[in-house]
Amino acid sequence: MHLLTVLLQAVANLAPYANMGAGIGAGIAAVGAGIGIGQIGKGAVEAIGRQPEAVGDIRSNMLVAAALVEGVSFGAIVVCLLILFV
Amino acid sequence: MIRKPVVNQIITFFLFVFFLFIATPGLLASNQGSSSNSVKSEATKEGHEIGDMIMEHVSDAYEWQLLTIGEHHISIYLPVILYDQGHWIVFSSSRLKHGEASYKGYYIAKKGSNIGKLVRKNAEGKEVLPHFDISITKTVLAVFINSFLVILIFLSIAKSYRKRKGMAPKGLQSLVEPLIIFIRDDVAKNSIGEEKFERYLPYLMTLFFFILFSNLFGIFPFFPGGSNVTGNIAITGVMAFFTFVITTVSGNKHYWTDIFNTPGVPWWLKLPVPLMPFVEVLGIFTKPFVLAVRLFANMLSGHIVLAGFISLIFIFGMFGVGLGYGVSVFSIAFAIFLDLLEILVAFIQAYVFVLLSALYFGMAVEVPEHH
Repeated sequence: MHLLTVLLQAVANLAPYANMGAGIGAGIAAVGAGIGIGQIGKGAVEAIGRQPEAVGDIRSNMLVAAALVEGVSFGAIVVCLLILFV
Repeated sequence: MIRKPVVNQIITFFLFVFFLFIATPGLLASNQGSSSNSVKSEATKEGHEIGDMIMEHVSDAYEWQLLTIGEHHISIYLPVILYDQGHWIVFSSSRLKHGEASYKGYYIAKKGSNIGKLVRKNAEGKEVLPHFDISITKTVLAVFINSFLVILIFLSIAKSYRKRKGMAPKGLQSLVEPLIIFIRDDVAKNSIGEEKFERYLPYLMTLFFFILFSNLFGIFPFFPGGSNVTGNIAITGVMAFFTFVITTVSGNKHYWTDIFNTPGVPWWLKLPVPLMPFVEVLGIFTKPFVLAVRLFANMLSGHIVLAGFISLIFIFGMFGVGLGYGVSVFSIAFAIFLDLLEILVAFIQAYVFVLLSALYFGMAVEVPEHH
């Protein structure tokens, strides 16, 4: 604990660490979006394999779900951009 | 060699797309200063310049820069309209000389929290904004142009529907009719229901076509395109605010009961500490907010990534001219791919915005079936 307070006093300017935090946050947001959309794609492709006639319906539902998941990750990206530029 | 007409059309389309998207890096390049130095200290300065150039590319401005030939800028100088300290001040932004000069005490702030906006120094020497700044900026002009185009196209389509009653659609009608029917049937009727969807249809149609046109114009590099309309949180925020107002105003008794007295939820979440109503009321506000942020962030990130990939050419070019040429092949190929992807994203984002608005309207007016 004492070591941490000593380190904190030694680091006068915390701005670079804020930028690093923003970068890590954006990376985690990208990982989250990747996992989410990957699972949507997996489910969609499996469903098409089971029932090839329903390709149109499955494709539109997949795109809608992907856009919603991406919306969440973009919220995180906006927060990181705010850290960097504001 | 005699080719079939369809193959001719495909080849023409790809040549058109190829040359159109070659123009984007050319226009971005003309905004970039020249640098044949490969000194390391220039690298960081150039990096900052490129970062500034990218942000300038996507943000609002008091003039619309069309071309830059060498040091000579060709821009449309838009009027600056201010109301400060009791009187109106109107002048052309050419007097600001791209942010270098000041006019009547007003100049464009270079740093601080008001960066990029018109400020004046008050009595204490602090930079302060004028009371009302209702200038016609680049985004405002772009909104006017986009809405004018949408109105023009749809008025002419309405006229041709009236003239050609009962006949097959022709020309512009047949281009837009699949989209109109798609919004009416698959989005509005499915989400809002057969009886009540017609009340909301004008708003949903306007929303869809305005967002679609603005997204597509953001990708198109020449005037009147190339302006970042939907990548502006103010514009998407206002559209989401309209959705919020319409949802709240048209909410019927079932809608409000579902929020404050959610059925199927155990009683101890509602009384004595109303957790569930609190979460639901929060949901009323977050749903339109997320709508705005989704569209804004999608469009803005698309523009920034595209501008960044083109700037990569110049960054690599600083370390060696040959390296710049080498990277340019991959950069331009990736930029073309990204442009096509952005067209797809433009459609998808417009569709998702309108679909979610329709779903919210549907939830507000639905009457649950009695079993």
